[in-house]
Amino acid sequence: MTEGGVLHGRDLAVWRGERCLFERLGFELRSGQLALLVGPNGSGKTTLLRVLAGLAPPTAGVVAWNGTAIGELEPEQRGDLAYRGHLEALKRDLTVRENLEFHASLFRVSEPLEPVLSELQLEAAADTRVRHLSAGQKRRTALASLRLSGAKLWLLDEPTTNLDRDGRTLLRDWTRRHLAAGGLAVIATHQPDELADRGVLVIEL
Amino acid sequence: MKLPRWFHQLGSPPYVYRLIDKLGPWLGGLGCALLAIGAVWGLAIAPPDYQQDEVYRIIFIHPQTAYVGMMAYVVMAVAAAIGYIWRLKIAHAVAVSAAPIGAWFTFCALVTGAIWGRPTWGTYWQWGDPRIMSETLLLFLFLGYLALRGAFDDRDKADKVTAILAVVGVVNVPIIHYSVEWWNSLHQGPTILRGDGPAMTTDMLLPFLTTVLGFTLTFYWLLLRRLQAEIVEREGDARWLRELLPGSAA
Amino acid sequence: MRGAFYAVFARDLRVAFRRWSELAYPVIFFAIVVALFPLALSPTAAQLRDIGTGVLWVALLLSSLLALDGLFRGDADDGTLEQLLMSPVAITVTVFAKLAAHALVTLLPLICLVPLSALSFNIPLAALPTLILALVLAAPTLSVLVALGAALTVSLRRGGAIVGLLVLPLTGPLLIFGTRATDLGINGEPTAAPLFLLAALAALALALGPLAIAAAVKVGLE
Repeated sequence: MTEGGVLHGRDLAVWRGERCLFERLGFELRSGQLALLVGPNGSGKTTLLRVLAGLAPPTAGVVAWNGTAIGELEPEQRGDLAYRGHLEALKRDLTVRENLEFHASLFRVSEPLEPVLSELQLEAAADTRVRHLSAGQKRRTALASLRLSGAKLWLLDEPTTNLDRDGRTLLRDWTRRHLAAGGLAVIATHQPDELADRGVLVIEL
Repeated sequence: MKLPRWFHQLGSPPYVYRLIDKLGPWLGGLGCALLAIGAVWGLAIAPPDYQQDEVYRIIFIHPQTAYVGMMAYVVMAVAAAIGYIWRLKIAHAVAVSAAPIGAWFTFCALVTGAIWGRPTWGTYWQWGDPRIMSETLLLFLFLGYLALRGAFDDRDKADKVTAILAVVGVVNVPIIHYSVEWWNSLHQGPTILRGDGPAMTTDMLLPFLTTVLGFTLTFYWLLLRRLQAEIVEREGDARWLRELLPGSAA
Repeated sequence: MRGAFYAVFARDLRVAFRRWSELAYPVIFFAIVVALFPLALSPTAAQLRDIGTGVLWVALLLSSLLALDGLFRGDADDGTLEQLLMSPVAITVTVFAKLAAHALVTLLPLICLVPLSALSFNIPLAALPTLILALVLAAPTLSVLVALGAALTVSLRRGGAIVGLLVLPLTGPLLIFGTRATDLGINGEPTAAPLFLLAALAALALALGPLAIAAAVKVGLE
């Protein structure tokens, strides 16, 4: 992983019809920093993450990655961002390995699969079709693709859902290592203390 | 790109709403007056046609509805494209307002065409006629647009998605038109008596042009009135609206 | 770029073949529609040939609307489409790859079936090369239009019913040139004009279509 970057949010607002989800939201996240999004259901955590990922435009304001507005990133720079939402983004009819290989070719990563699979205890399931996996295993596969993506900025929406205790520990370790290596992360969560222990930015919606 | 000042003013709903309040009565008054004059002139004063006798007088209504229907589609597509490219909500509102008017005029063109067809062609409906086919497909394009619009709950998304459909449609309208013309030129069949016959004489042309202008102005008047309604719906209970329409406060 | 195109293309093919039974729906639907017409009209051999061209082309258009979900809906439902949009691959490349895969698994079987059904409608063997050429030239336009319908309705829970409303009026020119080429072929007349026009439509559709499709997919996911 190369050195990180900086994520800016300026004057962000999102309206859903007549309802304002958030307004005048601004922040700056630098290399090695973690931001936690907390707030009750329906407060706009997912929406904000999708705005940061460039998947949805904000009603007002700008999100910038290394000074470039998120909607105007060059295709190459888009690979710096990794978004993992509620959906695992796995094809049910492909095996775990096929899914991960497709993901790797899409994001042009050449890291070997096996170490990540073994760390996640997915080796046995590697050639099983995703439709036969448990919810926790699917979540683990999604995490494997995140780990393999080599992205600098992680945008995770309640990543601990469906994970057992080992999985949650693993995710915390990975996040720490990611940050230590100069990465950035924005994580929406209902259990803030599970992931973070130091120096985090908390965005309350 | 730097946009001129009037462009921004036209993007502001209160400004547009008030502008329509000022402009509307003139446009509507003039349009309806021209329609009335054109109707009397065309139906009572203009001489009968040497070939079609009195029947031809529907020419003071039928072509105008067809032309307004097509113009409405172009207005809709241009407004939708502006709304999509510059993220101008008011332009989307114009596109939405134009669609039902256009659909109605196109429908009227088909109905008046059928009424005219009976005495002149001997049939209400002639599948082989390229104009009927073009108009029918245009009506379907309008209906598709309205149906797609109605399928969305989220207005912003509906605006953008239907804008794409409108632009694709407007690229297709000339293709449909010319392909249908081409198709007809290859059909063997009874030669259809065209309504427009020989070139019009001046005493027919003048009332004809009067009604064309009348229909055009009336269309824009209807469009602007619909736009006002659309603005009220979109702005909800914005303060300027409550001040303007005190009775309507929710 | 080429690698990404191939990756998306190969994955779509693989997913499609893992659900091979769904691939058969449009083909079976086509066969049923084609069989219903003679049933409804109980025509003579000569009449069969007269209606054959129209029946086959209309049945082709209708059947091609049946296999939309494989294009964007499936990917939208499991979140893969978001990843495709966020990846370093240009969206138009993704769209092209998906179009190619979709045309291969749904349009190609239909196109193979049309000439076969044509024979059953007493359309002479000599007209088949023209018919096949017309179908091949029509396929890109048809697949772009169908994909456009799928893209416009990707965020609607029940998009299926409305797609026909959006797409079918736009297929008018395709139908005109396709049937015309077939009829001219049957009568042994020169068919260059409608075939060139079909090719022109294909060029236009392939040039502009993917832009509109990409825009519609992006807006749909917002």
